[in-house]
Amino acid sequence: MSLIDAEGRPIEVLLVEDSPGDVRLTQEAFRDAQQAIRLHIVNDGVDAMAFLRKEGAHADVPRADLILLDLNLPKLDGREVLALIKEDASLKTIPVVVLTTSGSEVDILKTYRLRANCYLTKPVDLAEFLNVVGSIDDFWLARVKLPQETTK
Amino acid sequence: MTPRNGNGTNIEVLLVEDSPGDVRLTKESFRDANPSVNLHVAIDGVAAMTFLKREGLNANAPRPDLILLDLNLPRMDGREVLAQIKEDESLRLIPTIILTTSDAEADIVRSYRLQANCYLSKPVELEAFESLVKSINEFWLTMVRLPQQTETQ
Repeated sequence: MSLIDAEGRPIEVLLVEDSPGDVRLTQEAFRDAQQAIRLHIVNDGVDAMAFLRKEGAHADVPRADLILLDLNLPKLDGREVLALIKEDASLKTIPVVVLTTSGSEVDILKTYRLRANCYLTKPVDLAEFLNVVGSIDDFWLARVKLPQETTK
Repeated sequence: MTPRNGNGTNIEVLLVEDSPGDVRLTKESFRDANPSVNLHVAIDGVAAMTFLKREGLNANAPRPDLILLDLNLPRMDGREVLAQIKEDESLRLIPTIILTTSDAEADIVRSYRLQANCYLSKPVELEAFESLVKSINEFWLTMVRLPQQTETQ
């Protein structure tokens, strides 16, 4: 079932994650995704904003349909990245799924206050980690209607 | 996987829906999927806002953990309800899922612009509807960490 994309274009997913292990695991988990996706990876907050704004080396990248955002990132913190996305008139409609090791209530509240679309904690257990990524595939990529912005 | 939300208590879900058939189906689907869900129903936008603001007969209404919101509603439109929720300093933290028959791009983009947490279109087919409610339960009420607000906030 593909509810999202009538044109058969792959769903562009931007993963903002500095841990190489978590990047690798997420890639592997999405390899078995039911949906046609393209996973783009950036390793810090500055690079995430450059990708989203199509600056520098990212001039020709597609617009992300969904963003998976870690909170603790080098250069520019994930909370700051989230705030910048949700303050930007063009970027704010892109759903942002926060995916982080922090399970603190303070982080959770603060992240919803910054208008994250949802908050998931990264389990340390491998099978559970794959399960979380699988749930993003099952829900966000297979069920949810993502916004299709026609302007860039 | 253990449910990560709540503290052993019920999960309060507010369904804002004017179609009696869809209300019935949603209730039954949640009853099957997750018995700890307390489903509250508001049949129009005004009723939804009085529930959320605990006005009138809703003085003792619980704060919902999750809101399922139809767009086309009598008295006050779902888009207006969404805008009011997301403009309210306290209510705006409650994840609000749009659940509607509309799959017009204009409605989808507008809902995300108004900060809907996600947008789902209601399938017309019975089994697909039940499966969608089940997926909401599995994702939002099992995987997601919902904000736990104290009443004073």
